[in-house]
Amino acid sequence: MSDLRKMARLVESGMRVALPVDYAGVSMAMTRPLIERGAGNLDLVCVPTGGLQVDMLVGAGLVRSVETSAMSLGEAGGAPRFNQAIKDGAIVIRDATCPAIHAGLLAAQKGSPFVPMRGLIGTDVLKNRSDWKVIDNPFEETADPIVLIPAIKPDVAIFHVPLADRHGNVWIGRRRELAAMAYASAMTLVTAERIVDDSLLADETTAAGTLPALYVTQVAEAKHGARPYGLWGEYPADTQELLRYAREARTAEGFSAYMQTSAEAA
Amino acid sequence: MSPALPREILICTIARLLDGVRHVAVGASSPIPAAGAMLLRALKESAGAAPVKISILGSVEHNFFTNGSAELFDCAGQGRIDAFFLGGGQIDGHGNVNLVGVGDYPRSSVRWPGSFGAAYLYFVVPRVILFREEHTPRVFVDKVDFISAPGTSEPGVYRTGGPKALLTSKGLFSFDKEKAGFRLESVHPGHDLAEIQEATGFGFDHDAKPSQTPTPSPEVLSLLRGRVLDELSETYPEFAAQMRQTLTEREPVAS
Repeated sequence: MSDLRKMARLVESGMRVALPVDYAGVSMAMTRPLIERGAGNLDLVCVPTGGLQVDMLVGAGLVRSVETSAMSLGEAGGAPRFNQAIKDGAIVIRDATCPAIHAGLLAAQKGSPFVPMRGLIGTDVLKNRSDWKVIDNPFEETADPIVLIPAIKPDVAIFHVPLADRHGNVWIGRRRELAAMAYASAMTLVTAERIVDDSLLADETTAAGTLPALYVTQVAEAKHGARPYGLWGEYPADTQELLRYAREARTAEGFSAYMQTSAEAA
Repeated sequence: MSPALPREILICTIARLLDGVRHVAVGASSPIPAAGAMLLRALKESAGAAPVKISILGSVEHNFFTNGSAELFDCAGQGRIDAFFLGGGQIDGHGNVNLVGVGDYPRSSVRWPGSFGAAYLYFVVPRVILFREEHTPRVFVDKVDFISAPGTSEPGVYRTGGPKALLTSKGLFSFDKEKAGFRLESVHPGHDLAEIQEATGFGFDHDAKPSQTPTPSPEVLSLLRGRVLDELSETYPEFAAQMRQTLTEREPVAS
């Protein structure tokens, strides 16, 4: 069994899964193993927005709910399977706003039950989130309503990075949201372009941008593991491929055909 | 020098709206706002004025952030971002913005990407410029189907930011916080008041004869067509190339 398939077996039905924004390091390499694994009823948390990977998991019928600030394929337009599922009422959507997702992860990172956040009051985003609460700022004498965002504690975070070492340390550079996801999650599964022998923590230049193995459950090598998304400092996104998916996945049949042919090509 | 193209007038108008900012943030896929910010930066630099910082999301060259995607919001929450741009699938006459979809939420008949950071940034960025090129009644509606971000807030709600202006392909509006409504400030060359009223699904204040949006001077245009387009092509290569091609074909605006 491949390392990726072994990692996918750690994901179980009903888990809350944190996935990164399209430019931060999406582990597209894990998408197919996750679909093959078939653990369903997943509650996805997009940090802070979702795209191709989320659309594929929705298309494969593995998703119960999506918490996100936005869903799209970027230049390739709307996310077809997600949009259809919304229209059909097949999944629960928890519309958020980017800093609320960051706030929820921060609360979990600190072991706090919630983090207060400005904005939101008077929006339909807040109105549709019964899990968010408005309180009166206890430090202010006059009325000052403020929203509390509860901790987001995913069961698993999954992402892709350029570099990892044999000790399980992974280099995330300036993509600090990947660290936030790992801090908040019970388990973190990482794919990496390269796995080196020397510890990333041994060199001060790489140590500061390294997420230590303390927060990492498993690492597997996956060359070009973010494709067709790009990976910072490594390769650009393959917009043509995203456009092809956007065209073909307009229907459920087209989606299945796409997944079939690209599986054979892989 | 050939006369300004409609998009060049938009870019120069944005630079004017941004005058005085220290730090402006531009979202992904926003070449015209980015060009406006870059033009302002170039103008300030040639005038020897205080520098303008620009953070373009999705750009490597024009982005200072090293703390992940949360940093923009942390910056904004502290008042470190003076201006930002918002679009919107629907925008109504009270400045409410809908980025989520059309019809009964959550089963929207048309679903757009989502609110992104708008439900926060609209509250804490002092100068939010609403920018939407498409000026039609389906965009500028009487009432939005979903409030991603409200134009105004009740007294007592913490709010240091909000809409300052609305710029479309047809005209420029200012936003009056007290009246919670828009006022047409100027009409772009080639358009008129009647056409704008026809294309806008909400009422707005205006002069009997609104003025025309100023066209840029040759000096500003040459800065825009030179340095700014060069800078823009790093983040928006296709947009910059397309503008250069249009300029070569010389399609001047009817004025």
